[in-house]
Amino acid sequence: MHPAFSVIFFTTASGLGYGMLALLGLMGPAGALPIERWFGVTAFGLSLAAISLGLLASTFHLGHPERAWRAVAQWRSSWLAREGVMAIATYVPAGLFALGWVVLETSGGAWGGLGVLAAICAGLTVAATSLIYRSLKTIHQWHNGFTMPAYLLLGLGTGALALQALLHLFGEPRAAVAAVALGAGLAGWAVKWAYWRFIDESRARSTAETATGLKGGRVRLLDPPHTQDNFLLKEMGYRVARNHSRRLRLIAQFAGFALPLALTVAALTLPTLPAAMAAVLAALSGGLGVVVERWLFFAEARHAVTLFYGASTV
Amino acid sequence: MTSLPASTEKRLGLVIDLDICVGCQACVTNCKEWNTGGHSAPLTDLAPYGAKVDGVWFNRVHGFEVGEGKKSRTVHFPRSCLHCEAPDCVTVCPTGASYKRSADGIVLVDHDKCIGCKLCSWACPYGAREYDPDAGVMKKCTLCIDRIYNEHLESHDRVPACVATCPSRARHFGDFADPLSNVSKLVLDRGGYDLMPEIGYKPTNKYLPPRPRRTDAREVGAERAYLEPDIDLANPLLRWVNQLLSR
Ligand code: SF4
Ligand code: SF4
Repeated sequence: MHPAFSVIFFTTASGLGYGMLALLGLMGPAGALPIERWFGVTAFGLSLAAISLGLLASTFHLGHPERAWRAVAQWRSSWLAREGVMAIATYVPAGLFALGWVVLETSGGAWGGLGVLAAICAGLTVAATSLIYRSLKTIHQWHNGFTMPAYLLLGLGTGALALQALLHLFGEPRAAVAAVALGAGLAGWAVKWAYWRFIDESRARSTAETATGLKGGRVRLLDPPHTQDNFLLKEMGYRVARNHSRRLRLIAQFAGFALPLALTVAALTLPTLPAAMAAVLAALSGGLGVVVERWLFFAEARHAVTLFYGASTV
Repeated sequence: MTSLPASTEKRLGLVIDLDICVGCQACVTNCKEWNTGGHSAPLTDLAPYGAKVDGVWFNRVHGFEVGEGKKSRTVHFPRSCLHCEAPDCVTVCPTGASYKRSADGIVLVDHDKCIGCKLCSWACPYGAREYDPDAGVMKKCTLCIDRIYNEHLESHDRVPACVATCPSRARHFGDFADPLSNVSKLVLDRGGYDLMPEIGYKPTNKYLPPRPRRTDAREVGAERAYLEPDIDLANPLLRWVNQLLSR
């Protein structure tokens, strides 16, 4: 599948924003974060900006961005519509919870309840995003059990790294947040590693033979229907070279998991200033790694329609 | 509406006979010709005179080779929307622009509602949806709704453009819900089948397999005797003439 910049940016930025929001909503009321005005302004500012910029970017690739409001209509059947509904709904508890934190400097009682609600909504939104891809029966590399855990864990992991960096900058590091970053990072790494093995070793049930239904041996494309790439080949025929994808997987694992994990551990032991630098670097590296991971998620996905255009398996 | 109808009154669709399609591209051309002025008009062409020609087409004919060596054969393979009974191209649409009609089962796009998110084209394994970047909306085969119900046309012309034009009669149009229709009978007689049944979209259109061969490709054609010169090469003069002519 063609790796479009707008969708890569959307899923990574909004994943980070929702991950951070979920942590604020759960760890704030639990007393694990500083319930303080300026920290609140920065943390909610960053999280909601990442979410909103991501959502905005996702409308860039539409043919009719001005009609984007229509995209919530069919929530009964469409995961894209459900994602839109959840994204809008999340703003309500998230906004109120942020208000309590920033204006009243409280996250107790009912305000804490709003935080938990915001966290649940954030999780459901990311889950809905992943299910847009997970539900497509035409793409073996997406239609599997790894897609949703990867989106949830990578969102949580990058969100925790960003929150951790912010806490360090405010001089209030929290071991609990570092623990979430480590846990989500390790689990995310394991899921992606298992996913890459899975897509290397398995193929979709559909083949050139089932696509054409022709009997009597192997089916090969002899004569393509057109001489230049059409929409189908530009959008769905994207292929990344094998050696490129190997290298990019290594980069994604190093920048996305190995380096942030090591820096997070280091930040726990280093003195204030180097610790803050390590935490910021961990967040930047993690974000970059997930962008590479997301690029691969699209570039390594093979669409069933390519079976009509010369692929024998997908 | 993006939810699928539980059932449709009619199930209109095509039967494509792979035994007799000659790959002439007449259906492709007439489809483009009709539809660029029809319901989904225009079928935009991008850089039609440039090096990278591109554009929207609803029907494409591929050429496949199946099997190896002497037993291999060439099959011309038209590909267009199959107007599936349970297609995700409809249910994934967030706006309700992509829909399936409960009256006749035809799958259409409402171009006034489509936001051009392209998700429906990702959900179609058959490559039946082609995005029009100029109009910013998705376009696809309409089964020529503007012909099949068109009372300004003679009744024998009320068939999809591809069916009307096929010179070898490899394409048939009809109602699969009626067991006595031409298309239902053809499917029964000839073993019409679904493309990629494992995806589970239950295509309405059916393909008829090429008939088994009576002879291999190399056994038909001119007899060997006609291809070899039937002259007495013992005669030096004739041998010289033969060499001269064979150069
Ligand atoms: S062929 Fe593709 S576009 Fe047509 S109904 Fe089936 S899934 Fe939808
Ligand atoms: S491209 Fe248009 S018809 Fe297709 S899913 Fe998006 S809004 Fe629906």
